[in-house]
Amino acid sequence: MKVLLIGNPNVGKSVIFSRLTGARVIAANYPGTTVEFAKGSMSFPNIEAEVIDAPGTYSLEPTSKAEEVATSLIDDADLIINVIDSTNLERNLYLTLELIRKTNKPLLVVLNMWDETKHKGVVIDKDKLEDSLGVPVVTTCALTGEGVKELVQRMGQAKISSLKDLKDPIWFEIGEVVKKVQKLFHRHHTPLDVLQDLSIKPPFSFIIAAVVVFLSFSIIRFIGEGLINYIFDPFFKNFYSPVIMKLSGFLIEGSFFHSTLIGDLVGGGVDYGVSFGLLTTGFYIPIAVVLPYIFSFYLILGLLEDWGYLPRLAILGDRLFHKVGLHGYAIIPMILGLGCNVPGALASRLFEARREKFITATLLAIAVPCMAQTAMIINLLGRFGGQYVLLVFSIIFCLWLTLGRIMNIFTRGQSPEILIEIPPYRIPHLKSILKKLWMRINWFLKEAFPIVLLGILIVNILYFLKIIDFLGNIFSPIITKLWGLPQETIGALVVGFLRKDVAVGMLRPLNLSLRQLITGVTILAIYFPCVATFMVLVKELGIKDMLKSTLIMLFTATLVGFALNNILSFIGIQ
Amino acid sequence: MLSLAQLLSGQSAKVISIEGGMGFRQRLENLGIRKGVMIKKAKGMSAYGPIVVKVGSAQIALGRGMASKVIIEVL
Repeated sequence: MKVLLIGNPNVGKSVIFSRLTGARVIAANYPGTTVEFAKGSMSFPNIEAEVIDAPGTYSLEPTSKAEEVATSLIDDADLIINVIDSTNLERNLYLTLELIRKTNKPLLVVLNMWDETKHKGVVIDKDKLEDSLGVPVVTTCALTGEGVKELVQRMGQAKISSLKDLKDPIWFEIGEVVKKVQKLFHRHHTPLDVLQDLSIKPPFSFIIAAVVVFLSFSIIRFIGEGLINYIFDPFFKNFYSPVIMKLSGFLIEGSFFHSTLIGDLVGGGVDYGVSFGLLTTGFYIPIAVVLPYIFSFYLILGLLEDWGYLPRLAILGDRLFHKVGLHGYAIIPMILGLGCNVPGALASRLFEARREKFITATLLAIAVPCMAQTAMIINLLGRFGGQYVLLVFSIIFCLWLTLGRIMNIFTRGQSPEILIEIPPYRIPHLKSILKKLWMRINWFLKEAFPIVLLGILIVNILYFLKIIDFLGNIFSPIITKLWGLPQETIGALVVGFLRKDVAVGMLRPLNLSLRQLITGVTILAIYFPCVATFMVLVKELGIKDMLKSTLIMLFTATLVGFALNNILSFIGIQ
Repeated sequence: MLSLAQLLSGQSAKVISIEGGMGFRQRLENLGIRKGVMIKKAKGMSAYGPIVVKVGSAQIALGRGMASKVIIEVL
């Protein structure tokens, strides 16, 4: 049996989903689209079923791809659970009545956020609503789990309503229902309401945003570095290295297998930054450098998402984003892109217009470094001092702004405006956050880890066949003359097509000067997205626009590399 | 005839009509902004950037161009 959870965005559907399902939850793509939804299974004495958490939708007449997917998922469902925000009954009932009229499936309505109705001055007569709608109605507070048991028990009672055949306009019918079942009372503002209002009201909104962003980055750094220094590094040093050294003795240094699996030994031991073997650097980069940051980034992002802060950031950023031809909501793909460019690129489907998609995708690919890359930049440049890490990110941000301005002027068309619901602040539900975090980390390990290994394998083969030397000779004028980098940097540029973290890691054995490192990591960040992102962008933009975007990337990288090399030399950084 | 863009902050009004195409109207209606509903503009927002309104118990942010297509009657 298939159970579909459907409802407006921000009604707490995902929390109900985590409460119903077991530990094994996966993110699935709707066939032929890039829209994701979560899938899991539930098992209770009275019911066993597959549960699907549809993307949030306001109506069955879809206005976006995500809503289209939500609508198509209905066809496969055996039972529909419509989750409603009790504090916003009238608007939520639109979807309910559409579900009653247009689908022929057993339906059950969940009045979620039931506890919030009390302080919001909303009184709903649940039994009357059940009579009026002709389907079972259950009240829940997903956060505390209240009512979820009743929801499970009553699932068997879900039915097709007799309201199906009414022909009045839906809004009229909603009016009739609401009049019968709901009473509103005036109530006073709570401290949370005040904070909510302040966070969109300048100048407080900007102060709050600055604090939130600063705290988020500090915590991400703190957790990331903590995990590396106290867990992963000691593990690799004390437990993993001895095993590798045993294997090394067995394989004979200098043989093909030794250099592929273990790589070069430095001073008779393994140096995870320099050795570049599959089992050494190939494991160390994704697990000990990148994973800790992926973990901490997605933990904080999950908190911000579920707390409801991101839409407020979108409103604040609206003016800035208009300067680059987008609107404030484009901050969502950008923030997702800071984690991994792939979900960021996927989120650019939120925009319907070709122009918006093009600008978002190009900016994302050039000027939004992913967390894997960021972690490696911190790892590499951090040893010279945090100010240089900051310098690289400032350069990238300036580039974001400049390129965005230019594309805004030269790409034809208008920039559309923002239209979003600002959800109230909500206390995040720990289990849902952890489930989401697990889904994202699982995705990283499954998608990225094999490609890191593949990248390192290819590097070794290319070196072995002397192809890197050959390419280095061809591109030597650009690399050495324009950028002031050693010819061997070509290896990193080649691997950067596959994985940016490995590419940045390849700068390490080259013994670059500070100027060369800053130039190198900046070029690696902007010249091309990794292959996974590239494939998504081709799908979202089409091959023609993606080619255009690629030309912009290559041109920008060449120019910025040249400028950085000269400016840094000029101000005395060697 | 006033539009939502011209409504003063903190003022309430009733939506008379929404100008614009079907798609645009549908998007606003999905968020609860439709003919006949009461709408209240948030207090103390800046003169730039999106307009924030309250419809029912939901808060909606919309661009100024969009707001100028929502015709209202001040009560």
